Order: sequence, then C-alpha cells, then structure tokens
Amino acid sequence: MRTEDALAAAMPPGRPVNLSRRGMFAAAGAGLFLGLALPARTPRAQGSAAAALRHATKVNAYLRIAPDGKIHLQNPFVEGGQGIDSAVAQIVAEELDADPAGFVVACAPPGEDFRVMQGGNVRFTGGSFSVRSSFAHFRTLGATARAMLIEAAATRLALPATALTTEPGRVVHRESARALTYGELAEAAAALTPPVNVPLKDPAAFRVIGRRVPRFDVRAKSTGKVTYGIDVKVEGMLLAAVVHAPRAGAQPAAVTNEAALRALPGVHSVHRLPGAVAVAADTWWHAKKAVEQAQVAWQALAGPVMAEDFSPAAMLDRLKAAAGTPGNTAEEAGDLRVALAGAARVIEAEYDAPYLAHAQMEPPSATARFNDDGTLDVWVPNQAPDFFLATAARVAQLEPAKVRIHSPPLGGFFGRHFAYGSANAHPQAILLAKATGRPVKVIWSREEEFARDAYRPLTFATFRAGLDVVGDVVALQAAGYGEGPMTRHFGAASLGNPPVDASIMEGLTGKPYRFAAKRVEFVPVPHPPGVNLGFWRSVGHSMNDFFFESFLDEIAHAANKDPFAFRMALLAHSERHRTLLNAVAELSGGWRRGPFQAPDGTRRARGVAMASPFGSEVATIAEASVKDGEVVVHDVWVAIDPGRIVNPRTIEEQVQSAVAIGLSSALAEEVLFERGEVTTRNFDTYQVMRRDRMPRVHVRIVESGAPMGGVGEPGTPGVPPAVANAVFALTGQRMRSLPFSKTRLSGS
Amino acid sequence: MIEMNVNGTVHRLDVEDDTPLLWVLREQLGLTGTKYGCGVAQCGACTVLVDGEAMRSCSLPAEAAAGRTITTIEAIEDHPVGRRVVEAWVEAQAPQCGYCQSGQVMAATALLAATPKPTPEEVGAAMTNICRCGTYNAIARAIGLAAERA
Repeated sequence: MRTEDALAAAMPPGRPVNLSRRGMFAAAGAGLFLGLALPARTPRAQGSAAAALRHATKVNAYLRIAPDGKIHLQNPFVEGGQGIDSAVAQIVAEELDADPAGFVVACAPPGEDFRVMQGGNVRFTGGSFSVRSSFAHFRTLGATARAMLIEAAATRLALPATALTTEPGRVVHRESARALTYGELAEAAAALTPPVNVPLKDPAAFRVIGRRVPRFDVRAKSTGKVTYGIDVKVEGMLLAAVVHAPRAGAQPAAVTNEAALRALPGVHSVHRLPGAVAVAADTWWHAKKAVEQAQVAWQALAGPVMAEDFSPAAMLDRLKAAAGTPGNTAEEAGDLRVALAGAARVIEAEYDAPYLAHAQMEPPSATARFNDDGTLDVWVPNQAPDFFLATAARVAQLEPAKVRIHSPPLGGFFGRHFAYGSANAHPQAILLAKATGRPVKVIWSREEEFARDAYRPLTFATFRAGLDVVGDVVALQAAGYGEGPMTRHFGAASLGNPPVDASIMEGLTGKPYRFAAKRVEFVPVPHPPGVNLGFWRSVGHSMNDFFFESFLDEIAHAANKDPFAFRMALLAHSERHRTLLNAVAELSGGWRRGPFQAPDGTRRARGVAMASPFGSEVATIAEASVKDGEVVVHDVWVAIDPGRIVNPRTIEEQVQSAVAIGLSSALAEEVLFERGEVTTRNFDTYQVMRRDRMPRVHVRIVESGAPMGGVGEPGTPGVPPAVANAVFALTGQRMRSLPFSKTRLSGS
Repeated sequence: MIEMNVNGTVHRLDVEDDTPLLWVLREQLGLTGTKYGCGVAQCGACTVLVDGEAMRSCSLPAEAAAGRTITTIEAIEDHPVGRRVVEAWVEAQAPQCGYCQSGQVMAATALLAATPKPTPEEVGAAMTNICRCGTYNAIARAIGLAAERA
C-alpha cells in the first residue's frame, strides 16, 4: 500500500480514528491529546465512480459567480507553492467554459462537502494526491455549473437549452447573436437543482487543461502581499512565544522567576503549557525576549522523558541490532531461500538515512479567538482542516460545530502541517486564549521549530542479492527497519495484516524491476516517544529509493554491467519504464556514464536512478564532479510520467523544487541530538541547500496515458541515488549513509 | 524615541533600542511583507533596503536603523529597479510558496541597483537567501531578465 492510500485508509468509517497515539500522548504529557478522535464517517463505497463524485454536483458549495463575472472557488486543498489553486481553477474552467484567469480561489472551511478523496470521505493536502484525486470531481463540478447557467439562460431567453451553447464566460444563442454573461445568470442558476450525469468534454477538445496557465498568486508573492498564518492579525490579540522542554516529555513544574518576567516590557502573563512555557505580551518580540529568560523547573511529571543518552547514533545502533530479525512480508515472489542457496554469488549491503526536518521557511504559528457567542476561530497552517478542527474542539472542550478553522496559504509545507500532536502550535494558542481571555497568536521561533518538528524518521535497510554465473539477479531480499509516521500517528492497527508501515517501506516496495525470487520485509522498531515522526516530501521514497537504486548499482557493478543497460534488462516487461529511461537518456544527450572530462576541465560522471512514487514514474540522471572532497552536482535530468497532466509548467516547476529538496537532503541535512536534546536548531547548523549548490535541472514530461499520478513529490527520490551512483562511477566510493557530507570523497 | 524613514514616511517609534528592525516593521508599522525566517541572519527572508543596501532586518537593532532610510517590499514597485525586478519575477514565475520571495526580491533589487549587469559571480555573492522550495533557477532567470532590461 502506498502512503497516500494508507493515510486515506487510516480514516475508515464506523470507528473513531485515534490521530495521536502513544507518542504524542507521552510527549505532550498532560493528556491534552489523548483520545483525539474524528467522528465516524458515512460508509464509503470505494471504487465506485458515483461515490467518488459524491460532492461533485454541490455547485453552490464550491462556486459563486459574482455579477462582475469573477468566479469564486472553494478549494478543498491548501496552496503552499504547488500551484493547486490554479490547477483546480484550470480544471473547473475547462468544463465550465471560463477563463481560468477570472477565478478567485480560497481554501475551503472544514466540512463534509469538501471531502473529495476516497469516495468522498476524506480530505487532506498531501501524498501528491490533490489533482489526481479531484480531477473527475472538478470536471463534473464545472460541467454541472455550466449546465445550470445554460438552463438559467434558456429560461431568461425563452429558448430550449439545446439551442444554447457557451463561450468563455457567457451563454450564447448563435442564431440570434444574443449572449448573457455568467455574472448575469449566476443568481438564477444558483437557484436551480443541479442536474446529474452531465456529459463531460472529450479530452481531445480540451483548451485549458494541458496549457501552461500561469499560477495566480505569483505577483502577490513577488510584492509581499500574501497573508500567511504568521501574518494574521486579530483585533485585541496578544502575541505569545514559547520555549519547549530541552528534552521532550519533561513538563514545567514551575517558572521560578515568573514575577521578574511579568515586570519585563510589554509582558502580559506567563503560562505553563504541556511540555512548554509561554509568555503572552503586546508584541512577539517582547514575548520572545521574556520567555527566553524564563527559569523553568522541568520535571518528568507524566510519561517518559527523552533519555539523556539518546542520539541518532544510538538509534541507528538499535535499528542495526534488529538486522536479520524476520520481518513482516511486504512483497514476495518465488522462493528466496532456494534461489539464494543456488546463487553463484551473493552480495550484501546496509544503508541508513538520518532524521530530517521540514525546514519550511515559515515558522509555525496559530491564532485563536474565543467569541462572545461561544464559538472559536482558529487560524493555523494546516494540510487537513477536518483533523485540525477535531483537535481544536478537543483542546477547547467545545462541540466541533462551534469551531471554525481558517487555513491560510502555507509558507512551505513538505508534510510539516499535518496533525502531529505536540508538533502543532494551535493547541497552545487555544489554551492561551482561554487563559488570558484574549485572542492569542503563538509564533514558534526557528529554534523551537527545529526542536519540535515531526521529523522524517531515521531509517536503516539491509539488502542481499543472489547472482548466477553470468551475473543475472536470481534473488533479491530487502528489509526496512524502524517506525514511520503511519505507525506513530495512526497506530499499528492501520498497517494492515501483516503490519507493513508504508511510510517506512515504499521505495523498497513498488519497484518496477522483475526478479525471479524476491522478498521485501518490514521490521518494526519503535523510535522514542519524544521524537515526533512526520511525513516528509516523498515520505518513504525519500530514503528508500536512495537505498534501493544505490544497491542496484552495486549489483550491476558486481555483475560487471553498465547500470543503465542493467536497468533496461530488468524492465524488459515494461514498455512504460523503458520509454521513460530512454526519454531521460535522450534528454541528457544520450547515456554516458563516464568518467569523462568536461569542457571546463573537471572530471565528471553520471548516475541513473528510477522511482515509482505517488502513482507517477520517474527516471533521473545526475552529472557530478568532486571538489575539495565534496560532491558538486552540475546537471540533473528528469523524465516524469504522471500518466496525464493538467499544467506542464507547474509540473516542471514542481520537479525543479523536488530536485532541490532531494539534493539538499542528500548533501548535508540531518537533525542531531546531544544528551536527548536537539542541537541543530537553526539554518547555521541544519544545512539546507543554498543557491550555490543548485544544479541545472532539465525536465521532460512523458504523458503515457496511464492513470493520473502525483506531481509534487515524485521528482525528489531519484536525485540522491542518481548523484550517489555518479559519485561511485567517478571515485569508486559507495556512499551508504546519508548525508553525503559524512563521506570525504577522493579524486577530483 | 527612534526616528527612521520607512518607505518615504518618517516614523518616530517608541521601541527599545535592541528591538530588531524586522519586528519594528512587522509589529509597530504593520508591514508584514517582510518575513521572519530564522532570526539570526541566515536565511534572508527579512531582507530590506537600508540606505539602498540589502540588510537582514532580523539582526539589525532599531537603534542602528535610526536616521536611516528603509525600503521594504511594500514599496518595491515605487523603486525603479524594484519595479523591474518584480516584473521579471512575475514573468519567470519565480515564487512557489512565496515566503522567502520578499527577501529575494529585495536582495535582487539591491544587487541590480548597484550592478545593473552583474556577472554570475556577482549574482552568487549577492543572492544568498535560502529558498526551501528550491526556486533558485527561476530566481536566476528572473535576475537575468531584469538585468537585460536595465
């Protein structure tokens, strides 16, 4: 099962979903997040097209056409740079027959009508799922709205609807050369009952879908005009800053200098929260200055506290100690034992990858306001408003119907803004608003964010391959170890039977290569509850495709085969994958591994890797050299096959972005701990890639016509292995432990 | 009282001397287009022009900004080079999440105001702000477009 499917499936109807299991509870300590549950959903009918379009004719919930012709669209997905506001407008515009530039898109509030995924029962922005999960929904919505506008025009003109057609933004009667704008018709159209089964356009006639429509928000974002969560302003609000316990799990027993803090400029009040201390003040700067001076007695009041000897190295040792433990079968073909026993040669390798932070540029914030009528407004960056509503209601001890969640545009997310218990700021804002009787905006400093993010888990994988006498692979075994965000936030019961955590295993599973005998297994090993775990751009793929595609190169090397030809041979059964490999080779000017001398005199080589993330297929080639012991990546070529597409320009941009974060993760990123405390707490120690290391990125989109796949994440996982494989071709050094900065490279 | 000229208006501000300019702009003047990213002059999201020079406002105390002329993203289109930079940014469709882009636009404006036709090395030296969306190539393209039109 893929992560996005597992995520959706983890929210089944008929039983409450515990969003926050032992880890969150233990880390939060005070029981604030215990029993966090969503109410049961209406039964879902998976696989039924009708059910998938359950909300697709609710035109008035989604669309409001103003008299001036502006089309206001409620988007179930949140915009965070991936271009989803423009994409949904583009899809609706196609069937509605409107100019996409005339749309005004806002993130929809929580609620039934906007759960467009998984048979109309689930809503979140993630898993590169947005466009592909809502493509049919938004086409149907647009077509239904168009039919209603035509019907309204027919009444107005006293003509049969069949005599009318549309041009962008208006209904026309060609014979009499009469036309009514959508703005003129909107009110009457909105009063009609939406028709069902309105036919959709023949894709061959698309004039908006498939076009390089500009994203809507680019000018506002180039002039500082976008209001992010951190910019939200509410009348009468206090600003709050927090410091969390140095070691997660500890609780503030007392603030011993509280009186002195309250005497500082602008300070309103000092508060103890689950696992944190807060100061509320007239400005955030005053609050931050004060809270950093707080003298706090941290105690283990409830639940475990991060062990003082915890470190990533200790965690990796724990995972390595599990090597060889029989795991839960994730994939199996043939008889591995027999095949390995009969192999002429067996090669083995171990790989690992560190904890990663999301490091989105906008630090977390949340604003809460209790209203006189007993309701609560919460403004919080989030990828899943219904989840946040449930948590907000729980913390506020209000009926969910009394809570409104506002979802501002995200200053980057990459998986950061799911409901992660102690990693979310909105419970703090709600508790502080309650305590002070004023609206409160909490902002986390960058240091608090790095210390309390929900990290990509540190992971470990083992591989074994059996080769026959001519170097063909007769057996492949892979195992992934650890605990992923799926286990952590949705519980072992959500992992299926046998339990397999997709957020740890995808990328070891789902590879397109065919092996006569294969076994892929999951070995569960928990991380400490004080280390929060999260979904990080491309999730399990972000490390596993590095592991797998690097090991595949190791096999090719052992068999004395070219890694490109070797992959081609393993893909003899799949024309789609061979086409993609050929596409990336052609894009790069033809496959050549090197080493070779570049025109600038540097010695370079190329590596290749494939990935099958989020319903799309990707082939990546990277060209690298070595300078001063470090890798320099010059060019990355990516061929991506998302099956069918909506906006090629957005796809190219998302691949650029995905390549950047993929390379960044491989070069130097890692969250470090000392004595149970996070030590990488700002951009000086947590190294995200800067402009000087950004390679040229070349993108080719291959539209195979396969079912639509994702776009935002798939460009990421192929990059680390393509670079590592290039480095091996260049230096003979095989990097098996991320990030690359840990390995001093030879040669130049 | 600290006096400074922000976007053409002189403000007299009752703030402590050590208050970073970033928070003066955001919390005293309501100019939230300038962003808080790291607080330690690492990421550049808070970049503004101080007497025409790109500076990281999170690490500039208010007293150091006293008597100086500050330009923020809110006034960028009143700046002749800034206007050209914004148009190039839009054409190259540089922003993704957009959070770092105020600072990127300010840094590019300072660069191109001082060096209308920068070499790649000069661009590299001036454009050190972090973009987690990885829009670096689009930013480079935008700077190229803006420089072409100088």
